[in-house]
Amino acid sequence: MAHDVRTSGSALDREMAGLDALELGGGGAPRRALQRAWSAIWPMGAAALIGLLAWQIVVWSGWKEPWVLPGPKDTLPVFKDQVTSSRFWEAAALTMRRAVVGFAVAVAIGVLVGAMVSQSRILRRAFGSLITGLQTMPSIAWFPLAILLFQLSESAILFVVVLGAAPSIANGLIAGVDYTPPILLRAGKVMGLRGVNLYRHLIMPASLPSFVAGLKQGWAFAWRSLMAGELLVIIGDTTSLGVLLSQARELNNTADMISYMIVILVIGIVIDQLFGVVDRSIRTRWGLDQD
Amino acid sequence: MTAAATAVRLSDVSKAFGTGGSSLLALDQVSLDVAPGEFVCLLGASGCGKSTLLNLVADLDRPSAGTIDKNGARVALMFQEPALFPWLTVTGNLELALKMRGVPREDRRGRAAELLDSVHLGGFAKKRPHQLSGGMRQRVALARALALTIEENKNEDSVPGGTVLLMDEPFGALDAMTRDLLHDEIERIWRTRGLTVLFVTHNVREAVRLGDRVVLLSSRPGRVVEEFPVPMERPRRIDAADVATLAATITDRLREEVGRHGA
Repeated sequence: MAHDVRTSGSALDREMAGLDALELGGGGAPRRALQRAWSAIWPMGAAALIGLLAWQIVVWSGWKEPWVLPGPKDTLPVFKDQVTSSRFWEAAALTMRRAVVGFAVAVAIGVLVGAMVSQSRILRRAFGSLITGLQTMPSIAWFPLAILLFQLSESAILFVVVLGAAPSIANGLIAGVDYTPPILLRAGKVMGLRGVNLYRHLIMPASLPSFVAGLKQGWAFAWRSLMAGELLVIIGDTTSLGVLLSQARELNNTADMISYMIVILVIGIVIDQLFGVVDRSIRTRWGLDQD
Repeated sequence: MTAAATAVRLSDVSKAFGTGGSSLLALDQVSLDVAPGEFVCLLGASGCGKSTLLNLVADLDRPSAGTIDKNGARVALMFQEPALFPWLTVTGNLELALKMRGVPREDRRGRAAELLDSVHLGGFAKKRPHQLSGGMRQRVALARALALTIEENKNEDSVPGGTVLLMDEPFGALDAMTRDLLHDEIERIWRTRGLTVLFVTHNVREAVRLGDRVVLLSSRPGRVVEEFPVPMERPRRIDAADVATLAATITDRLREEVGRHGA
């Protein structure tokens, strides 16, 4: 451990540097990126194989007719045809656009509400448990109202997606502000942090991990609400993943249906992983994990 | 111009928490004069209001009665926990403190590096707090406290009360060996920077090792019981015989004081 000793070589300098070097220790060589990627990927691959195997076993058991429940062998070629068709990509694009817009609006509203509620004790008493209540309310329960208010329209879907995601995002922010360590607040006070500076330099960065957790949960709720919405609110001749899914059901086309479900699952996993990467990088920077 | 006789003067300072029948008197008519450049150790058992006293001097709280005269001194406070911001690097933590003191952006990096050098951490500017040991973090906290005493565009000598460093059991959570080295370190910084130090501890030997004077406080409420000048030459060793002898005398007095609460 190289330590730049600029002051004169007194005994104290040497002892201090020596103790620092000993306490920091070796730390071990960092693992290579390839190795790390492999150790993250192979368990996922193994889980996917186990899932396929379980599915195949159910099919082999003869529980359902093959045309009701086709096996992986019959479904995977259909899956491949589906994900290479332009209709599918059109549908996926529409669904993702709805998801992104809905999530963005939910973030804006969640941050606004979270910031206001975390500011004031009265607002928190008034709305704190309401927000938690909204968070646990199944978003599908909002659809009858959404359809009455907005008819079968994009707005109805957006309304429910935002209601599904915003409470989690607001709650994440509120929790982050609440759990800013008191000792850091005290240190901030000593440093003269107040008002805008207090938020900018202390409370906002301190609540970041909890906020990211809120975003992650908010995304999960948004994605679920969106899928429910696309199955219930079918607008004219638009093509979304939900529309494809319900059309496949009407045509009793199970292989297509399973293909779309796999796509929906994979999109959910991929985006969850993205949030996971952000979360881990914060944790590593802060030294919250020993990886 | 007359030289300031005191850096910090507490006159009959009392502090009560709560109101009415349930109020708790934390400090009761504490009077204390600290001379510029003096190293004063405040010693007491739990509940002697040591931390309350430092909060009052640091303006984090207001006394219920009495006055605190700091003679224009700049005051910095450090705690038992380093309380560094984990999302900032070591230099980032110092630069934020410098920013709050109004140091212009282009000077902050350089000033932070000087401060880090002064606590023997010149090579660790880019590290994050969690990558350092407990003792190193506490030295960063010390550098940050020093950063908060910097006043821009003013002659360092022009402030009558100078710089007062308040330390609230700063080495309480460290192992003995690190603590010994940090005693040497704080003594060196105190001397080279001409600081006034008000150092709170419950470790009697530490108080005798470091202080020009040890002020013993009673508990519930906190009052000044007795003051012990420490005549030994510096640098002292914490395990020296004369340090141990004075520490034993003070410990006896402290135990007597604690014993009154068991009766």
